[in-house]
Amino acid sequence: MLAVTSAPRIDAKKRAVLDARKRQFAKATWEAEAYPHRLNFYLTPPTGDIALEQFEEWAIARLKVLAELEACPFRNRSPAETEEYMKPVLEKYMRLSSNASRSSEVDAERKRDHYSHWTLRLAFSSTADLRQRFARLEAQLFRLRMQWDDARERRAFIDSLAMSWETVSEEEKAQWRTELKAATRVWGDEEESWFKVAWENVPELVERRQCLLKRGVAYVHVREQSSMVVNEFSRQLESGLELAARFLPRMDEDNRLSPILHHLSQSFVAPDAGYSESSSIGDITTPTAASVDGLSQHFPLCMQNLHRELRKNSHLKHYGRLQYTLFLKGIGLSLQECIVFWRKSFKLIADDKFKSEYLYNIRHSYGDVGGDANRRGRGYTPYSCQKLLTEAPPSSGQPHGCPYRTYAPDNLISLLQNVGVTDRQLLQGVREDVGKQRFHIACNRVFEHAHSGQIKKVKEESLWPASELDTILHPNTYFKRSFLLKNLGKVQAGDLGVDGPGTQRSGDVERMEM
Amino acid sequence: MPHAVSSSPEQDASANVEDSYMTDAPAAPAEEAEKASNTTDSQPLPTNGATSTLESMFDDDDDDDDDEFSSSAPTKPDEGSQDQPQAQPTSKPKYSSPDILRQFYQRLFPFRWLFQWLNHSATPQPDFQNREFAFVLPGGAYIRYQSFMTADLFRKQCIQMTPERFEVGPQYSVNPRDRKQLRKASAFKPIMKELVFDIDMTDYDPIRTCCSGAAICNKCWQFIIMAVKVVDAALREDFGFQHILWVYSGRRGAHAWISDKRAREMDDTKRRALANYLVLTMGNEQGKRAGIKRPLHPHLDRSLKILNPYFQDTVLADQDPWHSPERAEKLLQLLPDKGLTTALQKKWDSTPDRSSNQKWADIDTAAEAGNLTTLSAKQLVDAKQDIRLEYTYPRLDAEVSKKLNHLLKSPFVVHPGTGRVCVPIDTRTLEDFDPLTVPTVTDLLREIDEWDQNHGSMSDEERAKVQDWQKTSLKGYVEYFRGYVAGLLKEESKGSKRGREEEAQGGAESMEF
Ligand SMILES: [Zn+2]
Repeated sequence: MLAVTSAPRIDAKKRAVLDARKRQFAKATWEAEAYPHRLNFYLTPPTGDIALEQFEEWAIARLKVLAELEACPFRNRSPAETEEYMKPVLEKYMRLSSNASRSSEVDAERKRDHYSHWTLRLAFSSTADLRQRFARLEAQLFRLRMQWDDARERRAFIDSLAMSWETVSEEEKAQWRTELKAATRVWGDEEESWFKVAWENVPELVERRQCLLKRGVAYVHVREQSSMVVNEFSRQLESGLELAARFLPRMDEDNRLSPILHHLSQSFVAPDAGYSESSSIGDITTPTAASVDGLSQHFPLCMQNLHRELRKNSHLKHYGRLQYTLFLKGIGLSLQECIVFWRKSFKLIADDKFKSEYLYNIRHSYGDVGGDANRRGRGYTPYSCQKLLTEAPPSSGQPHGCPYRTYAPDNLISLLQNVGVTDRQLLQGVREDVGKQRFHIACNRVFEHAHSGQIKKVKEESLWPASELDTILHPNTYFKRSFLLKNLGKVQAGDLGVDGPGTQRSGDVERMEM
Repeated sequence: MPHAVSSSPEQDASANVEDSYMTDAPAAPAEEAEKASNTTDSQPLPTNGATSTLESMFDDDDDDDDDEFSSSAPTKPDEGSQDQPQAQPTSKPKYSSPDILRQFYQRLFPFRWLFQWLNHSATPQPDFQNREFAFVLPGGAYIRYQSFMTADLFRKQCIQMTPERFEVGPQYSVNPRDRKQLRKASAFKPIMKELVFDIDMTDYDPIRTCCSGAAICNKCWQFIIMAVKVVDAALREDFGFQHILWVYSGRRGAHAWISDKRAREMDDTKRRALANYLVLTMGNEQGKRAGIKRPLHPHLDRSLKILNPYFQDTVLADQDPWHSPERAEKLLQLLPDKGLTTALQKKWDSTPDRSSNQKWADIDTAAEAGNLTTLSAKQLVDAKQDIRLEYTYPRLDAEVSKKLNHLLKSPFVVHPGTGRVCVPIDTRTLEDFDPLTVPTVTDLLREIDEWDQNHGSMSDEERAKVQDWQKTSLKGYVEYFRGYVAGLLKEESKGSKRGREEEAQGGAESMEF
């Protein structure tokens, strides 16, 4: 819009498309990559070569940031809280230093930022839903960074955009001062400066009658400038994504990037989280076959559901068994205890049938038998939320997978009520999340509600680093965090655990890596 | 008022999300859609015993908004192009008889100027050729996605099919008649249309006392005049538009068609923004209102200056909207001060016959007498200003303006209910326009005959020079339209020359940021 001239329409449009496509994807060797500003409109794709690993690693870091950003409103964070929360996240995953910092990393950081944006742009251009989410989150990220930018550097960046705005002269101000102030609601000693743009550039200000209009020119107060820049960023990105979507099918044919891009876009459904050994509570207490019932209060809905089905039918089918066994392994249940657990649970099954049909699978899950030697070392990894959310949904009536995804909303709500989640507002929130396919957000919402008191305490007393309270992306993380929160006092006091003094226990908690 | 609204022609899910406030609707004019939903929702078409209900549902053509609706996407290209209505209005007035309409299209309708107006050039362009027309046939059938390569082909089809009216839609990316051949339905999308406005008298029913529903008189027509003035001023002064055609809608309202290139090319976001800029959210029936901010935006300030004289005459004197105690109650509800309203109520209870003019003056008298409890004097001034706006500010049917693919009844067609021709309104003599004297199609055909009789002595050669429309009272309207279109084409030729030059210089580079 900024410099779009109205040449005869159809031809001009066609040409623009071709041209922009060229620009987006051609190997443009003519442009040296320099990053004079911290902020970036990402108008040109990166042209340098980078290693495939970096390509993926940078994109995953950006994905992490976007996922955290997306979770903020769902977790009822105010804009100020979001800003507060995102600062360390960005610092950790996508640091961008100012020019003034004179950091030697400036160019490398900006390159990472540039490349990772474009990687994700390609990865998320495939469906309208992904495009929309990506554009929205990138715009939020851009807005945050612009807010944090050094005022002078921000000014330099905005000036570099060559947006077609013109400052209102002193003469014009004198002529229209009353109208200008009334239209743009300038009070008291607020800065009396305005700029002019074609009204089509600020439809939202026109719609709310918050600018002065004169013959198609909108007189806009300077305070609107940053939101205009963000709007422009969104507009450019949205059209860029549309172009990428049309181009993508051709890239698929012969490209090493395709699997990576596919994986990344899957990760956006729910960011992937690897299982970490520290999700086990084996270092605090020793779970046994007999304690699973008691511990199940800390299980996420997917596992609670399996547990309930198992207790109800004294049986679970293959996939449910596999999912649950791996989870139990993840919480620290030993192979021996696990076998005992299943043996007792399948109480209608005779011993020899159990041995011949089920035992092998349990041992296999623990890496005790089968598979190649490498794999046997650890067996299968407990399933992450992403795995549960992206694998083929179970055939009807089967309880495995993620209930937030597999259950019809009404059935999901009854299930939640059956496990004691009854708060109406909370259930309404879950319903909305699920409606928007934000399944892991719904699960996090339930978690935060169930542990609100403890989370508050942890925050207020700064007991844990903030990263230990970020979005849960793994059932075992859910369990461990729930367990720790509900046993907050005991873990700290060292009442739980079988060895070592209490101080070490709490030290362990703090070192917990996710 | 319900609207037939459409889904976007793109199948794209994101477009659907953005448009999620829109619902799919059958490809039918609003009245048909409304009737259809009436019949399906509340009363399945009765086969017996409920005839009277059915008739009452269909006989009042007037309560339906009968001249605008939005188009609907050809989601299934085989459907939706023809829509047979379930039932016929009981009796169509004589104006819609095919014979009369055939004569009208043959002898009177200004196809040439209409073509140029929509085509923006004397030689056929995609502006016209890829534009959708929708026909409402005498049988009630509704045909969408008609398009024509020339003005003459358009005229021929009108003479042949004798539509009782037709609507003008947008120019599409491809010829609407070819839409079924496209591999992707999303390739068929609207790309240009005049910006349109619809002002309909029914929206004024809460504040007019002289008539209601479909009826109008010269008293309430003043509201249309006021609206035209305010909207026209804003379109010209605020948005810089110059090619604005106002058209009488044939019964009780007016349409505006803005043909400036910049207006034609607006997408839905801009159309919505512009429409909402002009719309003032009024208080609802309970008198609860969204506060109008002070100081007034310059557009509202200018509008009030235009409207103030009408408040005294058209509203207070002619409509006398608060005369009866029940109606005076409405005024009291608009005054948010208990002490003031109690004092006024007391006064009006004891002297029940006070006119609206007197009651309006009573407000200040009561306030000066110290009856204000919560409002300051300044706030009372604002509250009174709000009331003036509520009773004078244009009531736009804004939905019509917000969508690029909305169709609107063409100028110069015959209104099937009144027989009056939808003639353009010359804003230079706006106050003189009398909707009640606009010629009907039967008047015009009679005028041709009368002229022919009165000019019996004229030579055949002389007579052939005079076209039929020139023999009638349609003459002035056609000439005005012709002049208006000539102005548009002149501007357009300047623009396209400029466009070609820019294209030659800038090329694709100038499209970029
Ligand atoms: Zn009237």
